[in-house]
Amino acid sequence: MKTLYDKIWDSHIVVPETDAPAILYIDLHLIHEVTTPQAFTGLRRRGLKVRRPDKTVATMDHSIPTTSRSLIGFDEIAANQVRTLAQNCKDFGIALYDLESPKQGIVHVIGPELGVTQPGKTIVCGDSHTSTHGAFGALAHGIGTSEVEMVLATQCLLQRKSKNSRVDFDGRLQPGVTAKDMILALIGKIGTGGGTGSVFEFMGTAVRGLDMEARMTICNMSIEGGARAGLVAPDDTTFQYLSGREFSPKAKSWDEAVARWKKLPSDDGAHYDHSITIDVNALEPMITYGTNPGMAIPLTGRVPQPQNDADAAALKYMALEPGQALLGHPVDVVFIGSCTNSRLSDLRNAAHLMKGRKVNSSVRMLVVPGSYEVKRQAEAEGLDKIFKEAGAEWREAGCSMCIAMNGDAVPAGKVAVSTSNRNFEGRQGRGARTLLASPLTAAASAVEGRVADPRRLGGLS
Amino acid sequence: MKFSSRVVVVPQENIDTDQIIPARFLKVTDKVGIGSHLFEDRTEFQVEKGSQVLVAGNNFACGSSREHAVWALADFGFKAVVSTSFADIFRQNALKNGFLPIVVDPKTHALLKPGTLVTVDLAAQTLSIEGGPTVTFPIDSFAKTCILENLDELGYVLKHEAVISAFEKSA
Ligand code: SF4
Repeated sequence: MKTLYDKIWDSHIVVPETDAPAILYIDLHLIHEVTTPQAFTGLRRRGLKVRRPDKTVATMDHSIPTTSRSLIGFDEIAANQVRTLAQNCKDFGIALYDLESPKQGIVHVIGPELGVTQPGKTIVCGDSHTSTHGAFGALAHGIGTSEVEMVLATQCLLQRKSKNSRVDFDGRLQPGVTAKDMILALIGKIGTGGGTGSVFEFMGTAVRGLDMEARMTICNMSIEGGARAGLVAPDDTTFQYLSGREFSPKAKSWDEAVARWKKLPSDDGAHYDHSITIDVNALEPMITYGTNPGMAIPLTGRVPQPQNDADAAALKYMALEPGQALLGHPVDVVFIGSCTNSRLSDLRNAAHLMKGRKVNSSVRMLVVPGSYEVKRQAEAEGLDKIFKEAGAEWREAGCSMCIAMNGDAVPAGKVAVSTSNRNFEGRQGRGARTLLASPLTAAASAVEGRVADPRRLGGLS
Repeated sequence: MKFSSRVVVVPQENIDTDQIIPARFLKVTDKVGIGSHLFEDRTEFQVEKGSQVLVAGNNFACGSSREHAVWALADFGFKAVVSTSFADIFRQNALKNGFLPIVVDPKTHALLKPGTLVTVDLAAQTLSIEGGPTVTFPIDSFAKTCILENLDELGYVLKHEAVISAFEKSA
């Protein structure tokens, strides 16, 4: 009896674990501009080629501008990094979705969109949010640059097996409560180190009921709970999403693939090292108040008393007092974007709340689609108009204010409600104060100019 | 690998990768001089050059996969970080750079005050505290061999070329 994780692991062992870690075969290697230049330098120094350019996909997302799709006049150091990626892809024969490509986007948004993310695959990328792809029942995790070099050269990774952890989300979500709130609730419960050394498998009725985009939101933030990977067993929702995508199997191979994928879910009675259950019936929208994603409370809750010096320092940085309510806390910036919440359904949710309303005059609101494709679809539905008419900025696809490498930053001391995944000190800009929340909560807060409850704006089903 | 050093202490828990090296310094295409931005936005940490051992609070280096975090610590002059736990990706990145993530229990951790003299002996897997105990620490046996014998992990995998090709054919 095996878990989903056990099955994927076993079928990718090239050399089993002994005193040395196992040599694990990698089916898909996603790369971007920030964590690869030193890896390509390493390859050149050793005179090595990329073993499987056909299993390597590149895009540019982290340090690119989102004001236009051009590097002209852009930060020269960042532009150089972007050009270095283009040169490396050219030299080593790797497909690159660059700023001119209609398929460019955040690496974790375009993988599923293109259909290269598939159940049962092993997927790595020099980026910790590679866990996103686990929503398809793929074993996907972030790696460092030395490992990027190894995968480029050998299509393999030295790896020891992690523990199996199951996370059951049971019940039915109330209106206004989303996948983002589910994952924040989990991390709030177990802390940012709670999943260290393990792979999460998300299951339960509430997970089964989610569409693929919402499942991606949950798996995306597995790393915030300390787990390198998160998994959701593939089902009809998964197959429907993948059917007909550019790189999905076609015709007879599609049927064969689905038959294979159907064997992936964990066997009944398979062993898990840990388990945790969260009842979502009573779940409220969640928001963070501190400087790590584990510092999360229900939106209607109050800032807890600090338990230690670190908590106290976090509250000081955030300029929040214990016992204070977050609802009504003034907001300066609202960011809707990032690989956590920048897909079409996220933009639809936010637009739904914004329609006919205005961004409060005290707020700067940025809406950054996760990919060029998401942007086009959103525009086809008129979502861009809703945002622009409300007074929000509608941007080109990229990581943008999630990591603030490209000049899109929250000013020091300002408060941002952000749909991204990290509220670390300085993450969204030096001195920036980040409150992580769902697109619904972010949109409601933009309208009110204060942290607001989307359920009280009306119009939610 | 054996060295003695007075320790520098940053007691905070959950020091994340954005604090170790803020994202705006990740636009580089090499590793040179990256240590000059170590803890750039955390001036209160008062980490001065000259020590080889950093002591940090629990769950050190959670967050991103950026190997820049290890490069910055190593470039600054550190050879090891002691904590009660590390984020998984950081631990692996560290070992691949011959940089030691040393896990100790909370009691031992509490003995490490700023300026305490310690000796790290990788072969014996021990951390000796001057005027205090010598404790052993766990480390991945393969990574340990690679560091001690200056073996290269990529070279090790490259030697399995034939098995990898066979795997690809059978898949
Ligand atoms: S959107 Fe943010 S978290 Fe996602 S890949 Fe980009 S920088 Fe990383």
